[in-house]
Amino acid sequence: MMLLVTSGVAPYLAQAESILDVGDTFIVPLLLKLAFVLGIFFVVPLVAGYLEHKAMGRMQHRRGPVEAGPFGTLQLVADGIKFIQKEDLIPSAADKWVFAMAPGVALVPAMLALLVIPFGPGVFALDLELGLFYVLAASSVSVLGVLMGGWSSANKFSLFGGLRAGGQLIAYELPLILAAIAVAVQAGTLSLVGIVEAQAEFMLFGTGINLWYVIPQLLGFGIFFVAALAELSRPPFDMPIGDSELVFGYMTEYSGIKYAMYMLTEYAGMVTMSALMVVLYLGGWQLLPGVPLPGCEAAGGLFDCGVTGTLLGVGVMLGKILLLVFVMVWLRVAYPRLREDQLQRIAWLVMVPLALLNLALVTIAKVVY
Amino acid sequence: MAPSAPPGIGLLKGLGVTIKHLFQRPSTLMYPHERDVLAPRTRGVIALMDENCTVCMLCSRECPDWCIYIESHKETVPPAKEGGRARTRNVLDRFAIDFSLCMYCGICVEVCPFDALWWSPEFEYSEYEMGSLLHEMDKLREWADTVPPPPPLDEGAVLPAEVSDALAKVEKERELAAAKELEAKQAAEAPAETAGDAPKKGKAAEPEIHVKAGEIDQETFDRLIAEGKSERMARSKAKAAYVKKEKARLLAEAEAAGGDAEAESPAPKAAEVKVDAGEIDQETFDRLIAEGKPERMARAKAKAAYVKKEKARLRAEAESDTGEGTGADEPAEVPSELGASPEAARQALDADGAATDDDAAPEVAAEAATTEAPAARKLGDIHVEGAGEIDQEVFDQLVAEGKSERIARAKAKAAWVKKQKQAKLDEEGGA
Repeated sequence: MMLLVTSGVAPYLAQAESILDVGDTFIVPLLLKLAFVLGIFFVVPLVAGYLEHKAMGRMQHRRGPVEAGPFGTLQLVADGIKFIQKEDLIPSAADKWVFAMAPGVALVPAMLALLVIPFGPGVFALDLELGLFYVLAASSVSVLGVLMGGWSSANKFSLFGGLRAGGQLIAYELPLILAAIAVAVQAGTLSLVGIVEAQAEFMLFGTGINLWYVIPQLLGFGIFFVAALAELSRPPFDMPIGDSELVFGYMTEYSGIKYAMYMLTEYAGMVTMSALMVVLYLGGWQLLPGVPLPGCEAAGGLFDCGVTGTLLGVGVMLGKILLLVFVMVWLRVAYPRLREDQLQRIAWLVMVPLALLNLALVTIAKVVY
Repeated sequence: MAPSAPPGIGLLKGLGVTIKHLFQRPSTLMYPHERDVLAPRTRGVIALMDENCTVCMLCSRECPDWCIYIESHKETVPPAKEGGRARTRNVLDRFAIDFSLCMYCGICVEVCPFDALWWSPEFEYSEYEMGSLLHEMDKLREWADTVPPPPPLDEGAVLPAEVSDALAKVEKERELAAAKELEAKQAAEAPAETAGDAPKKGKAAEPEIHVKAGEIDQETFDRLIAEGKSERMARSKAKAAYVKKEKARLLAEAEAAGGDAEAESPAPKAAEVKVDAGEIDQETFDRLIAEGKPERMARAKAKAAYVKKEKARLRAEAESDTGEGTGADEPAEVPSELGASPEAARQALDADGAATDDDAAPEVAAEAATTEAPAARKLGDIHVEGAGEIDQEVFDQLVAEGKSERIARAKAKAAWVKKQKQAKLDEEGGA
């Protein structure tokens, strides 16, 4: 009975201790964690955006931004200032309240998802036992903002874009979740910190070789990556804003700071999804499989690493995130946009069966092993 | 893709292409920091050399956008000689091109018959207001300083008509001068033979090579006689030909002896001197900036000044290399003479215009003519007081020929005036 009571409450409580839990007060750790999440939310997406500008420019024989700041690093800051100064237009036929709220509804879930993602040894705001579930649930709410924007704009292109986005997100949510479930099955936990821990302990069957989940679940990783691209409406899956057909989809009527919020949502989504992939498949903040971070060899190279080890862990995590963001940009440059029917066909006839197959294989292997 | 290739290989190929380009050098030119080398006939802006404009209105009428505005007035130019007809001349008051309308088709430059419109490669003249794109005459004139020199002719190309004409003229003058010199020598030997009426402005013969005059070139002499020339003319030309041949021979000998072989090679023309146009003349630049010109204009003008200076310097060097006083630099002077002559003509015209403003008195015109060009003094320039007298001799002769008295008197009057003038002219010549 006691067990039932504890299990009824415990799943929503923090599992591991965050290094941000300093002191005995309630308010100091709270403020620290808020600052941490907001800092990640407003800085890393800008770095990702800069990476996109530069990498895409170089792949297209351009230089990308060069004037704003050293090597153009402040270009997105300049863009943000410009967006704030621009006139905030609302179409007269629009549903004003919904129209105004939509970018926020899209933006906030992207921010919330960052709450549980570990960026280093002990560097996270919260370690929920249901972390994976929470992240997937929160990121799915973003589509609501897209649908709201598309519907309230009183514009047929916006409506088409919003509905395409809705259909696309429903179609790709399924393979995304099925691939994530396979990871949870293998790790035996839904806590993101726990999954990283499980990867550090996972040995290839019967040997002493430590491997990250990307090797045994290569198929799942591929499915997750493609589904994540589609979830984020990143090219080649950007039919919701297909500018040759729909002007700019659900963002057609948006300008100024609201448009900037949609763009920030996209970049923050890239960072969140990349971080999730790093945690699920690429060993989180571990430098290499089986190599503990300096300073914390005692704790399996995962916790209590001291200043150097912690900073190195965070650097490794951010490096992996930016690597995945780069791959997303790479795919964007290389491939043309799919057609809407091709998108749905791939989702239902290819991705979902493969994801189910992957789940079955992992489950069988888990049981047998 | 071959049908046997595994599916998805095309996708990987696409990724390969993009990643390859990631590590290649971007083709971006960092424009404000570095500038492209523009083609020589770049259509940047249209420049006006207003001194060449005759207000023929061809450009304005041909312009498809009607963006050229020309205003002018007519001026009366006094007759060149007394009793002649006064001429009218168009004077340009305003010439403006509206570059907010211009579509840079270049038809105006193409149709201009007097080379008053030119393409300049300058293109940085954007403005904050549309109206500022209307460039008036002074601005269009400033653009003319940025017009690059025409590209050099191809190897072995036929010279432009003006240049070859000018060269022929110079050559002819030299021949005449040589002939005159010969005749002067002959005159010294035999005073009975007076000097010919060759013009006095020929250049002196080359002092370094002395050829004994007196011999004639028999071949030339025979040819000219066969052509029906008079014996005297044929002899003088044949003498000149002999001198020329001798000189050429001596020169060839000198060259063979390793002497001043370069003496005969003409100094490079201004157009042939190549100067890198990247530098600017700091002095000019500073002066223009101090005068409040925009930086762009100052840079363009300073560039032009630099190129001009460099060319002058290079030419001077080349001339000092080829030796002095050879007279071989005559061709080099031709372009500058050509360039200067319209200017001189314009000044003369201006002087005439000024004269017309005062009372249109012939005395003034005569005075102006005296001060401006004493060599060009003619009968028409001399004023004779009192046209009432008649030349009795002429009158009698005409009456005797059966002319009516009225005609005879008029002609006799004209003859009197002419005589008087001739007398005055002779007096002056004697003084």
